[in-house]
Amino acid sequence: MKTFRLSFYLLLSVFILSCKGNSVETAEIKSQRIAIDENIEADPEIEEFVAPYKEHLNKTLDSTLAYNPKDMVKSDGDLNTAIGNLMADIVIAQANPIFKSRTGNEIDMVLLNHGGIRSGLNKGNISSRSAYALMPFENEIVVTELSGEKINEMLSYLEEAKTAHPVSGIQIEMDQDYKVTSAKINGEEVDEDKNYFVATSDYLQQGGDNMSFFKDPIALYKVDYKLRNAIIDYFKKVDTLKVEKDNRFIRK
Amino acid sequence: MKRRNFIQQTSAATAFIGIGGLSSLSFKTDYKKHITILHTNDVHSHIEPFGPDDSRNPNMGGVARRATLIQKIKNENPNTLLLDAGDIFQGTPYFNFYGGELEFKLMSKMKYDASTIGNHDFDNGIDGLYAQLPHAKFNFISSNYDFSNTIMDGQTRKHKVFTKDGVKIGVFGLGIELQGLVNQNLYKETKYLDPLEIAQDMSRILKEEKNCDLVICLSHLGYEYRSDKISDIKLAKATENIDLIIGGHTHTFLDKPTIETNKAGKKVLINQVGCYGLYLGRIDFYLDNKNNIEANGLKIEV
Repeated sequence: MKTFRLSFYLLLSVFILSCKGNSVETAEIKSQRIAIDENIEADPEIEEFVAPYKEHLNKTLDSTLAYNPKDMVKSDGDLNTAIGNLMADIVIAQANPIFKSRTGNEIDMVLLNHGGIRSGLNKGNISSRSAYALMPFENEIVVTELSGEKINEMLSYLEEAKTAHPVSGIQIEMDQDYKVTSAKINGEEVDEDKNYFVATSDYLQQGGDNMSFFKDPIALYKVDYKLRNAIIDYFKKVDTLKVEKDNRFIRK
Repeated sequence: MKRRNFIQQTSAATAFIGIGGLSSLSFKTDYKKHITILHTNDVHSHIEPFGPDDSRNPNMGGVARRATLIQKIKNENPNTLLLDAGDIFQGTPYFNFYGGELEFKLMSKMKYDASTIGNHDFDNGIDGLYAQLPHAKFNFISSNYDFSNTIMDGQTRKHKVFTKDGVKIGVFGLGIELQGLVNQNLYKETKYLDPLEIAQDMSRILKEEKNCDLVICLSHLGYEYRSDKISDIKLAKATENIDLIIGGHTHTFLDKPTIETNKAGKKVLINQVGCYGLYLGRIDFYLDNKNNIEANGLKIEV
């Protein structure tokens, strides 16, 4: 009983002491930024722990999905590039069946952004790792229903941008001063009184790269498909990439 | 009953004096306490070091090296707190493949004490974050995200007091506004509360009610903006009771902490070590008897 009481009092006094706080205060502060580089030896236990994860990941990332017959970089064209065309075509090829099955409609065209092509594709075997490099972000494909008027705003944007933003399903001709002379969707000039289903990424739809014409579409459809997964699935589907620079978006 | 009460009180008083006497004796012998704070931010799933051919950070980073470094510092000073300011997730295929499991497991192995939540930690949805929690043996401290209508309800703490060598270190956490930054489908019903108000509240509770000797804010607000957006710099100036802000989000590489003056005229340190686990931040606090300090004032060598 006595020991119980004593310990109780001790506890109580510790509690009172801690309520009072320590009578210490910061006297001095020092700081250091330490670079983590090859001068620090790797912890073998951590490396061993990571190894199976790494092995599985590398095996999956590096297994060959398709063959690329030529080097592709995003700077190899004026207003369209092989790699940009590939990405935009993949969006239609992979997302249209899903969109059609959900809405009964077809995607008319695709617009992505040139800045969103995050790497080139080297000649040779193509793997998931290539897709991760090409599209490291989690951006999803969305389909916007845009009025013909908004399509014209898009064309004005492209006149200003003078950049090879990837497109598919539309054929744009500009003069040497980057003024649009013709813009055809499904073989017909853009009609102000018609609506179009335009696929893009959720990032651009939400105003990324100042593409404000996507901001308030007539309707917005989610496809629940990541751009990168669409690319990987396409690579799995095809044997050899057959995408070239063409005349879908040109200056005359 | 009354008599017993009386005895208890006197005995308590005696015990109190006894311990008080002892501790003041030990304090007198030029007693200095030493607390080390180690910190990272925006590691973004960077498990492996950058390769020798990387154009920006060749041969930098790597969790296994970070583990060695942390252990070495902890061996030198066991009174070390290891903290992260959020955005643990997203940036390498490790996240896409394993959903953050490996990141949390490795942080647990390195014995992180706490982390706050960054916007990218919602990248697999709030359900994706929740699903990985069993792999984290450290605390998630978030004071201004109200998770009560989400699956994360009860999984985070508003603040936590760590005691190292008798020194009480209060930690609270602030997250950035999610609207416009993260798809609402991902963060769902998470409510963002005003970081400034919450910071004033939390730091007062930690300093005054919990009697903390040091108050640390783990912030994913971002270092500084051209706009009026709340940032670590603004937070430091507009609050009192915070000693150190460990920041993130803006991937700001500070080679030494920034020192600001708070509302009460006291110094606040702000530190951030860029991103991807390229650096480890280290801040050493030396604490002493109040009487010893007043003559010299606070010395900051950064």
